[in-house]
Amino acid sequence: MEGVTTTADLVPYDEVLDRYDPVLGLETHVELGTATKLFCGCPTAFGAEPNSQVCPVCLGLPGSLPVTNEKAIEFTVRIGLALNCGIAEWCRFARKNYFYPDMPKNYQVSQYDEPLCVDGYLDVPVPGGETYRVQIERVHLEEDTGKTLHVGGATGRIHGATHSLVDYNRAGIPLVEIVTRPLTGTGKRAAEVARLYVTELRDLLRGLGVSDVRMEQGSLRCDVNVSLMPAGTTELGTRTETKNVNSLRSVERAVRFEVERQGALLDAGQRIVQETRHFHEDSGTTSPGRSKEEAQDYRYFPEPDLVPLAPEPRWVEQIRTTLPEPPSARRARFAEANGFTPLDLEQMANAGVLDLVEQTIAARAAPSKARGWWLSYLVGSANERGVEPADLPITPEQLARISALEDDGTLTNKLARQVVDAVLAGEGDPDTVIEAHGWKVTGEADLVAAVEAAIAAQPDVVDKVRAGNLGALGPLVGAVMKATGGSADATRTRELLQERLVG
Amino acid sequence: MSELVRLSAAETAARIAARDVSAVEVAQAHLDRVDAVDGKVHAFLHLDSAGALAQARRVDAGELTGPLAGVPLALKDVIVTKGLPTTAGSRILEGWVPPYDATIVERMRAAGIVVLGKTNMDEFAMGSSTEHSAFGPSHNPWDLSRTPGGSGGGSSAAVASFQAPLGIGTDTGGSIRQPAAVTGTVGAKPTYGGVSRYGLIAFSSSLDQAGPCARTVLDAALLHAVIAGHDPRDSTSIDAPVPDIVSAARSAEITGMRVGVVAQFKGEGYAPGVLARFDEAVATLEKLGAEIVEVSCPHFDYALPAYYLIAPSEASSNLARYDAMRYGLRVGDDGVAGAEEVMALTREAGFGDEVKRRIILGTYALSAGYYDAYYGQAQKVRTLIARDFSAAFEQVDVLVSPTTPTTAFTLGERVDDPMAMYLADLCTIPSNLYGGPALSVPCGLSPDDGLPVGFQVMAPVQADERMYRLAAAVEVALGTDRLLEQAPEL
Ligand SMILES: [Zn+2]
Repeated sequence: MEGVTTTADLVPYDEVLDRYDPVLGLETHVELGTATKLFCGCPTAFGAEPNSQVCPVCLGLPGSLPVTNEKAIEFTVRIGLALNCGIAEWCRFARKNYFYPDMPKNYQVSQYDEPLCVDGYLDVPVPGGETYRVQIERVHLEEDTGKTLHVGGATGRIHGATHSLVDYNRAGIPLVEIVTRPLTGTGKRAAEVARLYVTELRDLLRGLGVSDVRMEQGSLRCDVNVSLMPAGTTELGTRTETKNVNSLRSVERAVRFEVERQGALLDAGQRIVQETRHFHEDSGTTSPGRSKEEAQDYRYFPEPDLVPLAPEPRWVEQIRTTLPEPPSARRARFAEANGFTPLDLEQMANAGVLDLVEQTIAARAAPSKARGWWLSYLVGSANERGVEPADLPITPEQLARISALEDDGTLTNKLARQVVDAVLAGEGDPDTVIEAHGWKVTGEADLVAAVEAAIAAQPDVVDKVRAGNLGALGPLVGAVMKATGGSADATRTRELLQERLVG
Repeated sequence: MSELVRLSAAETAARIAARDVSAVEVAQAHLDRVDAVDGKVHAFLHLDSAGALAQARRVDAGELTGPLAGVPLALKDVIVTKGLPTTAGSRILEGWVPPYDATIVERMRAAGIVVLGKTNMDEFAMGSSTEHSAFGPSHNPWDLSRTPGGSGGGSSAAVASFQAPLGIGTDTGGSIRQPAAVTGTVGAKPTYGGVSRYGLIAFSSSLDQAGPCARTVLDAALLHAVIAGHDPRDSTSIDAPVPDIVSAARSAEITGMRVGVVAQFKGEGYAPGVLARFDEAVATLEKLGAEIVEVSCPHFDYALPAYYLIAPSEASSNLARYDAMRYGLRVGDDGVAGAEEVMALTREAGFGDEVKRRIILGTYALSAGYYDAYYGQAQKVRTLIARDFSAAFEQVDVLVSPTTPTTAFTLGERVDDPMAMYLADLCTIPSNLYGGPALSVPCGLSPDDGLPVGFQVMAPVQADERMYRLAAAVEVALGTDRLLEQAPEL
């Protein structure tokens, strides 16, 4: 296949960055979580029957006209303010003209030289206490396109397909594009900074309540620009734009791959082609997109069907007062208050449980227990179910209750996990579940009685243990568990048995 | 010919309201008239007899009332109608039946107006003669060898030939007023944003405006009042009360009105007979008590070139959606050809030459490297023209000019000469670029050829009532509401 880079054509990442300085640029598309589309009243819910959420406007039927969804403007302004941008007092939508079957009008209503928000920044903390300030060039609002499904080919790509199906449910969903200025000075941390920038942005957007920011559902999509310049120089090299990088991990991998590929080309004295590239999740590589796209002239002009946007400064200031604390500040305060290390924080953030841990602590669980439950148990449950931890059918309050029962000895750790599983299975509140199953730790007196009964009932096992074979304790522990309906504390049971048999 | 078809819209509605005649009888009389003469005129593309009679029955049942209830209307085929084919005069929309009604159609139906059918037009409203219709030209009832104007020649020809007392046109550069002028009828382009564009198939979004065609000024005002008013589905629609145009059309009182004659619209290219009738009308207005002033609008000279950059630019984008993917014509889909190829073949087969000419022109004007010199420059001219209007309206209440430089030209005469065709809209284009209302009212027959001459009145944005007041005065003084009685029998 043409344009495929083999590993032989790569130079290791660190080696490239010994000799070159990387320059990054990130364009992030965020589907806004408005109830209706940008220019019509159609719902935006994900996963509906194809072409069931359409109308004359979002299908671009002759004669139809757009009317701007005010909520989308408000959300965009919220994003702009949270990214420390200036908000335009007057700006217009523009038409971006190009032919593609998933675009109902063969133009996309977007913004061109008059974006709603300009000149901001986002501070991105990286492990080790450093912070990179990523300059934001612009934040603008546009309509999403439909989705094309190529049928009959091997790869799902247009090449080799026998026909294509188009779903216009997504057409017209409000999309915000956040564009950074070229980011320099990241050195070998380039790939990591790219991932952390998108992570920070995702957390910020989630905190703003403007999008569900699900990368796997495409509500957050990333284009990654990479170029290299010889170390110590300042003239930007030729960049490539890798499209639709759709997970945090892929952002990092795409940067790494492009650095390795471009480094190899530059070392060989070849030039970098300015082009659009596709990222392949399976191999972690990129390949060239259609070169035709490069010659595209979008013939932007102001959208005559819409009146200019003129957000009232007073309205903008009112929105500013409703902004939540930035994620970095919130995290610092949270870590300080609960004794978490930066590594703890990073782990929780990466697992998407930071908010959940915070809520569990707020419901009076001990910080280390709250963190432990989410990180070491519930993230696994979420993975098994293929959902986000936040979507698990257990509330932070329920978890805090279970944790409290474990702390006061009412539940063993094993029992506590059983209670969590039962709550996840929809059996009800922790107390209801415990009541229904009769799950209670057996008291010391009952436990001693059960231990003594087991010793009396199995003299030959007792002999083996007394002879020094501690491995033979098993049947005795089993008998105690059986007698107590599984509610005995296994560690305490062993202790009691050893006290009596070994001394 | 039934006398019912000779009545004005106002008289027709009054007789129906008085139960003198039923709406069904009126509708039938007009359908019969269509049957009798439209073979010669070719005003209609689709007739909706069943729908018209059903609507008339609802009026007769008292379900729908209003000042125009039961009055038949000819609707330009660029306005979408639920369940009724809508082609915009183009092959590319062949087979498309819209799933929704335009806002103005909803308003007219609710007012009891009876839509007889859809009328012929230049393809996507690009033209001044209907010769660019994919379905053949319409003919001028005054002389069947001549054009009824364009693009809305079908609606005006229908009104002029008594097939309907009312019509709807759309005016991007003169497509209501120029046909009105050459057919001896009244046609008004409301203030941009005064009438909803929702459901008007776009040619040039910043210029398009739907408006009334009629045989009298009052009828035009009555229809204008039905379709006007804010529409939340059109962002560019004006959210303010509609000027009292009906009272103005009834009053005709112009004493002390300051009337500005546009200095730029005379001289070379203007037919002597047109200028003669126009000057007489101006003299009559002076006698009636108007104050006549000559006003210079220097940038009007650049209106035509600016228009032929802005309108095609917007059109090149507006017409991009006709790509065979979702509706209308599809050519070359043999299971082998790719989507891009099918799009290209469909657009090649579905669009006529004039449409292609303007798409190419507009695409070029918007291209990187040319945008500033063409589209950008044209927008600057547009601003200067708007300033000319503003300055003029500080001196005068309305501006007047001939509507068109000549009377109806002969079919075939200009079809291969785009520049000659474009000149037909020389006097009408400035108001579109400015956004203000403008109207054409007949001011007699040209002594050169005995054909109707149109008198154009232009008013400030949102002062539509002024043009109706002045037009009514012209009509009363010259008796032009009866002009069509002089047209030959068909
Ligand atoms: Zn919709």
